[in-house]
Amino acid sequence: MLLPTVLLLGYFVYGLIAWSFNTSLTDRHTARKGPASYVGFANYGHLFGEDRFLNSLKNLGVLTVAFIVGTLIFGLIWALLLEKGVPGESIFRSIYLFPMAISMIASGVVWGWLLNPSQGEDARGLNRLFEILHLHFLENPWWTAGSRWTTMASIALPAVWQLSGYIMALFLAGFRGIPPELREAARVDGASEFKLYRHVLFPQLSPIALSALIILGHMSLKLFDLIYAITGPNQFRTEVPAVYMWNTLLRSDMAKSAAIAIVLLAVVAVLVIPYIAYTVRQENEE
Amino acid sequence: MSADTAAAATGQAAAAIRRKPQKRGVIADGSTRRSRTVRYALLLLFLLFVLIPVYVVLITSFKTSADTTAASQWNLPKTWTLDPWRKAWDVLQPYMVRSLSLAIPAAIISSLIGSMNGFVLARWRFPGANIVFAFILFGMFIPYQAIMLPLRTTFTNLDVTRGVPTLILAHCIYGIPICTLIFRNYYATIVPNEIIESARVDGAGLVQTYLRIILPISISGFVVTLIWQFTSVWNDFLFALFLTQQNNGPVTLGLAALAGGQKVDYAASMAGALITSFPTLIVYILLGRWFIGGLMAGALKG
Amino acid sequence: MRGGLSKTLALVGAAGLLAVSACGNSDNNSGGSGSSANKDVTVFTWWADGGEKAGLDGLVSTFATDCKDYKFVNSAVAGGAGSNAKQVLANDLQAGKPPSTFQAHAGAELKDYINAGQVDDISQLYKDFGLDKAFPQNLIDNLTVDGKIYSIPANVHRANMVWANPTVLKKANIDGTKAPASVDAWIADLTKLKAAGVAAPLAISKGFAQEMLVEAVLLAELGPDKFKGLWDGKTDWAGGDVTAALNKYKTLLTFTNSDREAIDWPDALGYVNTGKAGYTLMGDWVAAQQVSDKIADTAYTYWPSPGTEGDFQFLSDSFTLPTNGADPDGAKCWLKTVGSAEGQKAFNTKKGSIPARSDANPADYPKYQQSAMADWKSKTIVPSCAHGAACTLGQNNDILSAMSQFSGSPDVAKLQAAFGTAMKTS
Repeated sequence: MLLPTVLLLGYFVYGLIAWSFNTSLTDRHTARKGPASYVGFANYGHLFGEDRFLNSLKNLGVLTVAFIVGTLIFGLIWALLLEKGVPGESIFRSIYLFPMAISMIASGVVWGWLLNPSQGEDARGLNRLFEILHLHFLENPWWTAGSRWTTMASIALPAVWQLSGYIMALFLAGFRGIPPELREAARVDGASEFKLYRHVLFPQLSPIALSALIILGHMSLKLFDLIYAITGPNQFRTEVPAVYMWNTLLRSDMAKSAAIAIVLLAVVAVLVIPYIAYTVRQENEE
Repeated sequence: MSADTAAAATGQAAAAIRRKPQKRGVIADGSTRRSRTVRYALLLLFLLFVLIPVYVVLITSFKTSADTTAASQWNLPKTWTLDPWRKAWDVLQPYMVRSLSLAIPAAIISSLIGSMNGFVLARWRFPGANIVFAFILFGMFIPYQAIMLPLRTTFTNLDVTRGVPTLILAHCIYGIPICTLIFRNYYATIVPNEIIESARVDGAGLVQTYLRIILPISISGFVVTLIWQFTSVWNDFLFALFLTQQNNGPVTLGLAALAGGQKVDYAASMAGALITSFPTLIVYILLGRWFIGGLMAGALKG
Repeated sequence: MRGGLSKTLALVGAAGLLAVSACGNSDNNSGGSGSSANKDVTVFTWWADGGEKAGLDGLVSTFATDCKDYKFVNSAVAGGAGSNAKQVLANDLQAGKPPSTFQAHAGAELKDYINAGQVDDISQLYKDFGLDKAFPQNLIDNLTVDGKIYSIPANVHRANMVWANPTVLKKANIDGTKAPASVDAWIADLTKLKAAGVAAPLAISKGFAQEMLVEAVLLAELGPDKFKGLWDGKTDWAGGDVTAALNKYKTLLTFTNSDREAIDWPDALGYVNTGKAGYTLMGDWVAAQQVSDKIADTAYTYWPSPGTEGDFQFLSDSFTLPTNGADPDGAKCWLKTVGSAEGQKAFNTKKGSIPARSDANPADYPKYQQSAMADWKSKTIVPSCAHGAACTLGQNNDILSAMSQFSGSPDVAKLQAAFGTAMKTS
C-alpha cells in the first residue's frame, strides 16, 4: 500500500536530489544539452571562494537567528498573556494568528511598501507613521543601509509578523496540555508565580520549543518569496542562497545552481536529520 | 514530545487550545485587578502591532492614485473609490480561476494518498516501518531548490502540460509527506485500536477496513489536511515561478506581476494583495477552529 | 489471513497508483491549451506598462492586419528593464518551453541565447523580407555572430540622457537648457542645488539605473574608445582612470535620494517632475513616459549626460526565433511585422524610441525622436552594458549585484574589482 508513495518519493525526492548533486559535480555551465565532464567538487570550491556566496550564507545565518528569536519571543509572550484564559481570548488568538494564512508574496508586497527607507519629510510607510507619532528615533533605512544585522532583521520583521501567531498557538496548546494538578501542587508548595513558570511549566514546554525551533529554522533557510517580493531578486544586501540560485539561473549555469541548491540542502539536513532520528528513536521507545 | 507529537495534536490540538483552564478562579488567584489591566493593555498593544499593516492596506486599496502620496499614506481616503479593486480584479481574475482549479484537486488528492499511507503506517507495524517513516518525513523538509531543476526537466520529458496540471502534480507529490504525517498521527491517537481489531476478526482485509471503517471516521483528519494543503498550495510561489508562466500560472505569480511593475500602482497592488489573500482568509475565518488544528498538525511544513 | 493481506495490498497498491495517476491524468484535458493547437503567437516581452505598453499595442495592431491567421498572445513580464523577465525567460528556455518569439537586446546579450542554442539563424528572413538594406550597417554588425543574424531589431534607444526640471535648477541659478560641460561641472551644480535646499538633487532608482549612471560617468571620463574597450577587454578595468571615474560616481551618489534601492525609474522621474529633485539620468524611453503622463514639454529639459555630448550610447530591442518554438510560422509573421516600415512606425512613435530602419521619415515622429534620429546618424555610437548591447546576462547580473552592494556601502576598490571579475567571466 505504501509502495506507490515510496516509489514516488524515491524518485521525486531522493532521485532528483541525486540528479542535482550529479549536475553539481559537472562542468555544465550552460543551457546547452549534450555531454558534460565531471569536475569533482570544483564548483563547491569556487562557491566557497566567492564573496557573493559567502555573503549570502552570512545573510542567511543572521536572518535565521533574527527570525527565530523574534518569533519565539512574540509567540511566547502572546501565549503567556493568553494562557490563563482572558475574556475575548478567541478574538485575540484569531487576530494574532491570521497573518499565517497570507502568502509570503502578498505580505512581501505590503511590507516592501511599509519598509520604505525614506525618512523625515519624505518618509513613507512605517517611517511615515513614526513621523506622525513623533517617534523620530525609530525611523531607519530598514534593509537598504547599515549593518548586516539591521538589514536582515528588517527582512525578518515581516516573517516574524506572519509566524508569531503560529508559535503562540503551539505554546498555547502546550500550556493547555499541562495537567492542572501540576500547577495546584506547586501552589500548595507555596511556589511563587515566577517560580511556577520557571520550574514547573517551562520545562514541560521544552519539547514544543524544540519543535518550534526546527520548524522556524527550516522555514527560514528556505525563505525566498518574501525577499523576492520586498527587495527584488538581485539585491546583494539581502541575497540568500535560495535567491542566489535563482540569479545563477539567469546565466543558465546549471552546475553552479545545483551546487548552491545542494549546499542549501546540506544546511537544512544538518538541522533536520538529527531531529528526525531523535523523533523516530523516541517513538520506538514508546 | 517531539516533532510528530506536536503534529499528533491534529484535531485534538484545536480542542486543547479551546479548553479553558479548568479553574476560572486562576486569574484572581495571586493576580490583582491591576495586573489584569496590564495584561489587557499589552494584548491590545500587540493587537495593534499585528493590525497596522492591515489598516494601511485596507485604506490604500480604496484610494485614488493621486491620494497614495507619502504625506497622506496613513490618512483615510480623501475620496473613496473602488477603481483599484476593479483594476486588480481585472488583472488577477484569470489567475484566481487557475489557482482555484489547482488548489482544490491538489488538496483532495494529496489528502487521500496521505490518509491511506497514514493508516498503514499507524496500524501496520511491519519491520522497517520507522525507516519508511523517516524516509517520508525527510521529504517534508527539503528545500525545493534542491529538486527544482531536475523536476522541471522531468515534467518537460513527461510532456506534462505547463500550468495547472504541472502544479497539481508537483503539489500532490510534495504534499504526500505532510499529509501522511498528519494522518499517521491522527490514526495513532484518535482511532481506537479495538475498532480495527474487531474489523480484522470479522475477516475484513486492510482495504475493507480502510474503506468501511477508517474513511468514515477520518472526516476531521481530512478537514485538517484539506485546509492545510489548500493554504500551502494557494500560497506557493516557488513551484509557480519555476514551473509555470504568466499566462498559465497561479495568483501568486499574478500578484508579483501586478505589484512588480516599474510604475507601481500602490492602491491596486494593495487591493491585489487583499484579493489574493481572500480565499485562504475565508477558509481561515469559516473553519478557523479546524485551521488551528491544521496548523498544529502541519507544524513541520514550511 | 496472510494470503488475504497480500492480495489486498496489491489491490490497495493499484488504488494508490490510480489516485496518483488521477493526479497526472488531469493534465491532458484541463489547463492551458497548448499554443500549437490554434494559431496563437506568444510574444514574450518586458513591455508591461506606460509608453512601452503603448508601443507594443501599436505593434500588435499592425500585426493584426498583417497576420490575420494568427492571434497575438501577450506574455509580458513586468519590472526593472526586463531583469525579472529575462530570468523568467531563462527558466522557460531551460525548461524547453520557449515562447513563439521573445524580446532580446541586440549585442552581447543575444550571444547568451546563441551560445546556448536557444535561437535560430534567421539570415534567410532578412533576404525574404528585404531587411538587409533596411537597417544601418553598424546595427546589423551588432546583431551578426559568425556571419549569421539571429534577431530583428524593432528600435534604437539612447541611454546617456539626463532629464531635468528647469524650475528646480533656477533655485540655484542654473540654466536648465544646457548640459554641464563635464562630470565635475555637474557635481558643482549639484553642490549648488544642495546648498539651495534641494536635499537630493539627483534622483535615481534601483538596479540598472545606477548601472546606467556609472556607465555615463565612465563614458564621459574615459572617452568613447576606451569606454568601448572596457567591454571588449581592450581597456584595463584596474586602471587609475577607472578608479578616478568611479570615485566621481561615488560623489554623485551622495546627491541622490536615500530610497534609491526601493523605487524604479518612473518614481525617480516623478521626483524630477514634482520638483523634489533637479535631475535624473535615464534612457530616452522617458520621452514617451512623459507624454503618457501628460507632463507639459515646457516642464522639463533634456540633454546628453555631462561629458558625453558627442556620444550616442545605444541599445536596441530585437525579436528572435526560438529553437523549437511553438509556432514558427506565426513567429515569422510577427518578425515580419517588427521589421516592416509600418510596424516600426506604429511601435516607435509610441515607445519614444527611434526606428531601427534607415528609411523612416522624421516628420512622422514627435519632437524628441526627431532630434534623436539626427544624433543617431551623426554621433559616435557606443554600446550600453546595462541594456545588453555590451554585456551578457550573466555579466550584467554580477554587475547589478555589485552596484546594489555599492549603494549600501560605497567601496570603490571593491566595485572596481567586481567590474573586472564580472567582465572576465561570461
